[in-house]
Amino acid sequence: MKRQIPLIITAIVGTVLVVSVFIPHDPFGRLGEDFSVFFDIIAVFAFILGGGNLIRVHGDRIYKKAKDWPFSIITIAGFLVTLIAGAFKIGNPDGIQGDVAAPGSLFTLIYDNIFTPLQATMFSILAFFVASASYRAFRAKNKEATILLVTAFIILLGRTPVGHYVTFWLPSSLDFFHIPVLANWIMAIPNLAGQRAIMIGISLGVISMSLRMILGIERGYMGSDEGGK
Amino acid sequence: MLRYSIAVLLALILIGTGFCQETGEASTPDTLQPEYLKPAPPPYIQVKDNPSDGGGKILVTWDLSPDDGAGKNNVTGYEIFRAIEGDTVFISVGFSTSGVNQYVDSGADDHISYVFKVVATDGNDGSASIISQPVHSYQQWINVNLKYLFLIGALICGSVIYFIYHAKRGKKLFIRKIAGLEAIDEAVGRATEMGRPVLFIPGIRDMDDVQTIAGITILGRVARTIAEYDIKINMPVSKSIVMTTAREMIKGAYASVGRADEYSDDMVYYTTDEQFGYVAAVDGIMVRDRPATCFYMGSFFAESLIFAETGNSIGAIQIAGTAMPAQLPFFVAACDYTLIGEELFAASAYLSGEPKQLGSLKGQDVGKLIAMVAIILGVFAATMYSITGFGFFESMHEFIRSLFTLN
Repeated sequence: MKRQIPLIITAIVGTVLVVSVFIPHDPFGRLGEDFSVFFDIIAVFAFILGGGNLIRVHGDRIYKKAKDWPFSIITIAGFLVTLIAGAFKIGNPDGIQGDVAAPGSLFTLIYDNIFTPLQATMFSILAFFVASASYRAFRAKNKEATILLVTAFIILLGRTPVGHYVTFWLPSSLDFFHIPVLANWIMAIPNLAGQRAIMIGISLGVISMSLRMILGIERGYMGSDEGGK
Repeated sequence: MLRYSIAVLLALILIGTGFCQETGEASTPDTLQPEYLKPAPPPYIQVKDNPSDGGGKILVTWDLSPDDGAGKNNVTGYEIFRAIEGDTVFISVGFSTSGVNQYVDSGADDHISYVFKVVATDGNDGSASIISQPVHSYQQWINVNLKYLFLIGALICGSVIYFIYHAKRGKKLFIRKIAGLEAIDEAVGRATEMGRPVLFIPGIRDMDDVQTIAGITILGRVARTIAEYDIKINMPVSKSIVMTTAREMIKGAYASVGRADEYSDDMVYYTTDEQFGYVAAVDGIMVRDRPATCFYMGSFFAESLIFAETGNSIGAIQIAGTAMPAQLPFFVAACDYTLIGEELFAASAYLSGEPKQLGSLKGQDVGKLIAMVAIILGVFAATMYSITGFGFFESMHEFIRSLFTLN
């Protein structure tokens, strides 16, 4: 029974969501929207679960003085200070009734001056990782990698003014080989065709997996003895 | 004398300034313009229930004002007004720009009769159309705009179901090898040899994303191997529901190999919902714990390359799988194996080896066949039309396009 009920719920919800796309009339149309709201409600309660787990895991590490435990103090302190600042709207010009993100509140101060710069710092690392990953990917080890290298080089040139200056002298009959034109062609034709092929495959994969779940064939996501040979 | 001259000059300047100000005020346009300056009203208005919807919407169409793009050419837009039939008070329900002659009013209540009028405006003043016939919105049973989607969807779903039951009867099916999935045992074995943990990242979306579900399903297989080899799995997550599901999955895997007592909730833990906060947490764990194997299975965005490059820098063997087309190149560049798009969704069926699940993969091929035939016919029709100019090829091309276009 423990497994039958989730399977029945999955089958009903999955079927109703599919049907609601084609039958907008009540109850299907409304149920489709309601099921999405149900998930949001459950997700809100899950925040408590997440916060509780964070406190437990890091509290345990501090208590046991586990490796790198001072980081856990910072984690819990950051979590609690932000939570209290937001929940009690400390420093909010409109008091407890005001908007949580009102200018001047402690929550906004933390968000704008600590959280946002930290987030931007992490994101900026990406620039360096793109360079190192490109270096490995574009090494001309074999025929495919060489094609990738040449294509990437054309795109890089085509997206900068250098690309224009390198081939601007070409006659109009050879305009196709003008690097910015060639770069646009690569992006719009072979690249887009490849992306669409992947998208078609993904869509079919989603259909197939959804059907397996609705029919109760795919049960691995329920956390059980399935999912392996 | 000079003083008097200056005084007179100043007086004249002041009088002149005052005069100009008065003139300026006098020349401010009035809010109501003479009739001959107003844009002409839309000559025709038609209203009907918006088709193929769940009610609450009325489609208003009108003929463009003669002064829209022609005549006085002063129409800046159209304001749409609605009133309950029999009522004289109209309320504004929307605005559309010049050159547009239809508007969907989404604020109607079903089965209440409304009348509409459309005012062509120049931004200052306007002229109203005649009042429309009464209309009411209602719910439709069938969304006819999606008839082709329904047909193609039914065909693909039908073929998937057919092959599932075909496989159930014992028909042997050929499924090509997926290198990334074949490498799971090797990757976990490497972690065992090195005595280091395995890191599993299920993406940054919640359980309502099918990619996360696919990732969690693969986790089941990975966790079983980990339980057999008796090594440590480390799984920081960014969503609480994913944490609960993953715990259940790992617990089940440990129980299935008879090591339920070795399972611990600490294997899966919540970090943060914030994207780059999660990235910082995972990167820190990678650098400190130096896992021998990293799995990235699910939905990823900008963090994909940060994870994969950090994993690469610590020398981990990495297997990734996602259906985010923009992130696939990053994983391909930085990881040892990548499940591309549909392979991620095929993984659970592939790993289970169950005929029923493998049959569903075969059913997908019918969808691919439909796509291939449509692409070939569409390219043929478009090419032939551009060469010959025959209307038949244009109609054929347009029909094939319409099959795959939602409107």
